[in-house]
Amino acid sequence: MSAWVFTLIQALLYLALAPLLAGWIQKVKARLQNRRGASIWQPYRNLYKLFAKEARMAHTASPVFRAAPYIVFAAIWLAASAIPLLTTDLPTAAMADVIVIAGLLGLSRFFLALAGMDVGTAFGGMGASREVFISALAEPAMLMAVFTLAMTAHTTNLATAVGDLLVSAPFLRPSFLFALIAVVLVVIAETGRIPVDNPSTHLELTMIHEALILEYSGRQLALLEWAAQLKLLLFATLLVNVFLPWGTAQSIHPNAIGIAFVLFVVKIALLGVALAVSETLLAKMRIFRIPVFLNMALLMAFLGLMSHVILEVGA
Amino acid sequence: MSRFDWLPGFIASLAEERVAILHSDPNRLAPAHCLLLDAEDWDEGTRVASASGFRWAGLWGDQIGDRLRIYTVFVHNGDYLVLMTEVPLQAPVLASQTPYFPAANRLERHLHDLLGVDFQDHPDTRRWTRHCAWAEDVYPLRSDFPVGGDSSKRRSSDVDYPFGRILGNGVNEIPLGPVHGDITEPGHFRFQAAGEEVLSLEARLGYTHKGIEKIAVGRDASGLARLAGRVSGDSTVAHTWAACMAMERAAGVDVPPRALHLRALFAECERIANHLGDIGGICNTVGFAFAQQQFGRLREQMLRTNLTAFGHRLLMDVIVPGGVCRDLPVQWESIITPQLSTLSRELEDLLDIIDDHSSLKDRLDDTGSLKAELAQMLGVTGYVGKASGQDFDVRRDHGYAPYDGLEMQSPCRTQGDVAARLQIRADEIRVSLNLIDKLIYSLPIGPIAADWPQSVHSSVGLAVVEGWRGEIMSFIRFDEDGRVARFFPRDPSWFSLPALEHLVLGNNLPDFAICHKSVNISYSGQDL
Repeated sequence: MSAWVFTLIQALLYLALAPLLAGWIQKVKARLQNRRGASIWQPYRNLYKLFAKEARMAHTASPVFRAAPYIVFAAIWLAASAIPLLTTDLPTAAMADVIVIAGLLGLSRFFLALAGMDVGTAFGGMGASREVFISALAEPAMLMAVFTLAMTAHTTNLATAVGDLLVSAPFLRPSFLFALIAVVLVVIAETGRIPVDNPSTHLELTMIHEALILEYSGRQLALLEWAAQLKLLLFATLLVNVFLPWGTAQSIHPNAIGIAFVLFVVKIALLGVALAVSETLLAKMRIFRIPVFLNMALLMAFLGLMSHVILEVGA
Repeated sequence: MSRFDWLPGFIASLAEERVAILHSDPNRLAPAHCLLLDAEDWDEGTRVASASGFRWAGLWGDQIGDRLRIYTVFVHNGDYLVLMTEVPLQAPVLASQTPYFPAANRLERHLHDLLGVDFQDHPDTRRWTRHCAWAEDVYPLRSDFPVGGDSSKRRSSDVDYPFGRILGNGVNEIPLGPVHGDITEPGHFRFQAAGEEVLSLEARLGYTHKGIEKIAVGRDASGLARLAGRVSGDSTVAHTWAACMAMERAAGVDVPPRALHLRALFAECERIANHLGDIGGICNTVGFAFAQQQFGRLREQMLRTNLTAFGHRLLMDVIVPGGVCRDLPVQWESIITPQLSTLSRELEDLLDIIDDHSSLKDRLDDTGSLKAELAQMLGVTGYVGKASGQDFDVRRDHGYAPYDGLEMQSPCRTQGDVAARLQIRADEIRVSLNLIDKLIYSLPIGPIAADWPQSVHSSVGLAVVEGWRGEIMSFIRFDEDGRVARFFPRDPSWFSLPALEHLVLGNNLPDFAICHKSVNISYSGQDL
């Protein structure tokens, strides 16, 4: 019973922490630009503000447009809560399968793209085309990188894989380094960060993800922004818990959970700093450079797979 | 090379084409030379000007009783030539200059919209400034139209402006604006794109039409100077200076040397502040927010120094007819000097960072290229022209005071891309810093303003200054009571907007943002 309670707590923890990560990255970026920046709690205030606002609809909006924010939010939240945050020992571990998670994220993207095209504005259609273009390139790289891990752990289940990795020191494997690079590149593309997309832009023609949610307002916009923050935390958790799993609890013992939580926060905060640094150093790339960027991810993932087969299997 | 040494040749070629010069007047709009032509000869005269390789630089009309006097300006070797003609108000028909000078397109449409001049053979008969809310036969700049406006003939607003369209498989049309996502002026851009590639771009302005030319009528000199300072807020110094210079030429006022130096000082401060903001803005459009913050900070420091030293952040209304109203503060060495030395030091550091940044370079190089021939044909000046090989600077080539007494450098590059436009801005900041230094140290002693004469009678004046966007032209006519009867400010944006429409072709849609920022058009300067 307590395991189910803890599953629920972990899922809520995702919701609660997601805006904090966004706020933290914003803060670090501001400091790197020699600015004081907004408080790290600002994303919470924004969500609060948006939830209190009236949602306006385009006259041409169909039910797809109305339903999309809820579907997107639910799918991303479900995918997030399946990924082991603090412990691998949870009843939901059974569904913590990489393929399932990729499917849920694909579902959310599908509805977001539909919603973007639904109201018939030029920017929505443009955003949908770009988003699908990018994800079509990102997904194979993501899957291939994850298969590298799966081949080591002999499972596509994340909970089992993380548990397995905690036992065998993973970092000595070259395949992991390649997979890590691939996943980092994919995460940057999938979460719409610089240099692929600029989440803080106001220039409609340059937008990718923002163009899709341009027509939303009020609570629906709040849900979509929250979903985007959740997605960022989801990928961040995936990165730190799969590639740096040390500290992740394998039971739900309070002490283990406590240590896991502290370590998790530290790891995520450091990842946030790394992301902020790279976003400060890089300018956004031209849109047709993105395939090159993602092909690099695919290549890295492929190298990871190959080096696993060649170097690690027989050894 | 002496002034107007090419003019006899031009007049001879006019004579060859049997164009009668009714009157040739070097004084009326001095230092520009004025030629009065018959309306019948307008087309022929324009053709000769085009064949002589002149740059087309402006067009306006002036209603005098029941006649319309039309002025057009050509530039050659830094000299300004004004062709003038008259048409009756009842049948104001004139040959279009657009077939010879594409740059004339929108100013002719503007003139048609406001004064009703019917340009024959104009390739584009759509409205420009006067949106559809105005009835067809209403020409707001004519003297019978009330200043307060007339809403009785008002119609529904501009909903079906016929944009040029490209039809075909996979071609989509993308409207952008006039309401934008950031704090920017309202302007509409219509793209025809194949996937991400821009096939054509057409701009639509007029959303900030303020009736500046109409409300200028009847003002006194100082009232007009204030109005000119509001033609385009970021060019307030340059527009005020141009308007004041035109008024002073019309009224025959000699401005004290100290005032001229101070005006130049203000103009250079304005140039530096705007260029700083633009360099940051260009970098920000490609997500390089660091530069935006740092250049924004430098600009802000500049504006604060302006406030401390001269009482206004943007230096609005510091130039008045006859001189200036703010002197250099006595403690300038503790206000301005440290600011400028900090600025030049930090600027170089930041420019080094931009130069070394490969991911930024990748976005700026070869993006939005404007070929030199095209820049010449469109008559662009300022940083857009200078980045595309148009080596022209009014300060250096037309030599107005106080720049004629200073050694003037003007940068010029040939690449014509966004990177070149950014570099030109950086070069211009360096030149301006250098100029400010010279201006302050050579500041003459004396009064800062001349008295404005009590009586100014029916006279005209034309002035050209180098604003931070490029060449700004201002025309003034006083009536017999010394009140303004006609004011026409010509912002350089009239020519850089068509340049933007061309240079963006073949680029990706997202790159429009950086192209647009690198050209930085003033909509307000065109939506008079």
